[in-house]
Amino acid sequence: MTFELWTGLITGQPALSVLVWLSGLIVVMYVARQPVHQMILSLVRSIRNTLRLMAQSVMLAEKQLRNRNREVLLAQGQEHAERSIEREFQRVEALVNRDLSGYPSLQRDLEEQITRIDEDYTQSGEVPPKPPEWLKAIEAVAEIPDNGSSVVGKILSDIHNTLKKSLHKSIQEYRRANRERHNLLKKMMPYWRSLTNSLNSVEKKITGLEQRAAIIDSQMQSYENIRQQADFSERLLSSSSMTQFFISGLALGLALVGMYVNFQLVALPMEEMVGASSYLGSSSIRASDVAALFIISVEIILGLFLMESVGVTRLFPIINLLDDHKRKAIFWIMLTFLFIFSGIEASLAYMRDMLAADREALSQILSGTDVAEPALRWIPSVGQMVMGFTLPFVLAFVAIPLESFIYSFRTVSGLLGVWLLHMLVVSIRFMGNVIYGIGRILINAYDLVIFIPLKLENSFKKRSAVSLEKLVEKPAKKYAEIELSENISSKVDELKEAER
Amino acid sequence: MKRIFLSLGLSLTVVLMLLLGCSEPRSKKAVYVLVDTSGTYSQQFEKVQGVMRYMLGTLLSGESLALARIDSESFSEKDIVARMSFDLRPSMANAQKRAFLESVEKFGSDILPSKYTDITGGLLQAIEYLNETKATEKYILIFSDLKEEIKQGQVRDFPINFNGTHVVAINVTKLQSDNVDPREYQQRLDAWAARVKQGNGDWKLINDLNRLEAIWD
Repeated sequence: MTFELWTGLITGQPALSVLVWLSGLIVVMYVARQPVHQMILSLVRSIRNTLRLMAQSVMLAEKQLRNRNREVLLAQGQEHAERSIEREFQRVEALVNRDLSGYPSLQRDLEEQITRIDEDYTQSGEVPPKPPEWLKAIEAVAEIPDNGSSVVGKILSDIHNTLKKSLHKSIQEYRRANRERHNLLKKMMPYWRSLTNSLNSVEKKITGLEQRAAIIDSQMQSYENIRQQADFSERLLSSSSMTQFFISGLALGLALVGMYVNFQLVALPMEEMVGASSYLGSSSIRASDVAALFIISVEIILGLFLMESVGVTRLFPIINLLDDHKRKAIFWIMLTFLFIFSGIEASLAYMRDMLAADREALSQILSGTDVAEPALRWIPSVGQMVMGFTLPFVLAFVAIPLESFIYSFRTVSGLLGVWLLHMLVVSIRFMGNVIYGIGRILINAYDLVIFIPLKLENSFKKRSAVSLEKLVEKPAKKYAEIELSENISSKVDELKEAER
Repeated sequence: MKRIFLSLGLSLTVVLMLLLGCSEPRSKKAVYVLVDTSGTYSQQFEKVQGVMRYMLGTLLSGESLALARIDSESFSEKDIVARMSFDLRPSMANAQKRAFLESVEKFGSDILPSKYTDITGGLLQAIEYLNETKATEKYILIFSDLKEEIKQGQVRDFPINFNGTHVVAINVTKLQSDNVDPREYQQRLDAWAARVKQGNGDWKLINDLNRLEAIWD
């Protein structure tokens, strides 16, 4: 119908008909050029403006999310730093309690050692007795010449002998006194050594405290940076959160594998308890599977409370706020329950092995073969029981990566949200520019269709401009000539005036 | 956020526990195996045993299985060799399967050929049993040449309500007369297929015992 309309305007001349139609269309388009251009431009501009507004609001949301992320990150970092500092102080406290509690006895020991050394030193300082004063008088008498008198000679000889004896005795006394002093000094040696050792141990303890103090200083510095909301602290915490996210994610993945193994151990024997062909409502989820998952979930929850009660994790502030006595009670209760569940799981694992063996035997009977008892049948049974007993305890430690994952997930999801919003902004802006570009292309394409009348219009305009120029040029020339003559006459007048 | 995670986990556990309380079997199969003991068919019991072993290996806890013979008057409880609804506990179900297999083997060793073949009576008995099991999928497996021979005076020519039961003819043997005119064999099969379909049942023929899983298709 449409094709006939285009080709049937002039009977027997389809090409001419199409040409006439096209000419008419071009004329209509030429006439409507201005409003169509305006319409296209206003349409694409309004779309672009709308998209810009959208982009701005998304940017605002991105900024808000970024700020919120920053707040959360810094708050988490602050809490973490506080915990680290608290932990360091606890260590210092333990160090002080352990090492410095022995200081009174150490001080007593040191004082005793110093007293002994002092006493020994005092004793070693006692001077040996001097030779008697009368020796000098006797020496003077002995030096008197005998003048050949035998009596005097004898007396003098006696005096000399007495003097010699006295000197010998004095030397002996002096040597004995020196020996005693040396002995006393020798006795001081172990006290000195002991004193040195005591002081060395004190030095070591003080050094340990100094190291702890240095760690606390650095942590206090980072805490201060977080409190001042420094940019590099934020970057540091972001990077740390990402690392934590991946590490804890990996640990949770491994825990999931452990849970799967645990599930396999428990699911089959649970069929004995809740029925093998029971399902949840009309779903395809088996009741025995749900029961097995429930047992595993309970074990994980017990693990969470256990870790919480010993202060390893801080997922439940209520437990953290309890006093030590109650926390200890919770710890023992959870540990007892965990033991009970481990025992249950070990027995379920054994039951699973029995059921599997029974099923295998039945399938052998049904296939018509003789039932064969495999060698070392007890090894997998014991292995499964041990696994059933230990896995609940292993799963209890899931609390640690879970806590890290939850904390870091907030940061990572926030960063991801910011990135997505940023990409949305870029996409919206790009789309706005593309739509505007399409509008410009449409306008140019429109002009391309009507290029013949446009060309004609341009040439017509050019011609009109030339004739208008000519029309404007003639009066302008005349006016210039008049102006020139007026200038000359005025100059002449001026000269005449000057001559006068 | 961590509180939300934990409360969600706990709520989920509670919901699952509540669902567990009202759990019920989703799909339940019941199979009734009819064995023709007339003529030469009684000598093919090994094939029946193979199918019974397959059934015992395939059926799960909570599902039902019965074995009955087709003889001169099959609409009777005395023709049921063994019937069992397997316990929900796998260990008990395994014990039941062993006992069932023993019954089958005992029946195979004591089998006596019957004079007539009351297939309709056997089917009626099977439908009655299957309806009682309240199974969601009901199957009747027939080991027979499908040639009904009834005593004089017995009325078997009436429509049967199969109530959605799948009727599977297994190992339908050809008679001497079928060799003379093979159309008889096909006519016999078509007649039974039409009768089952008219009674709101589903008809299937499996002659290859190596693809028994086709029973459940």
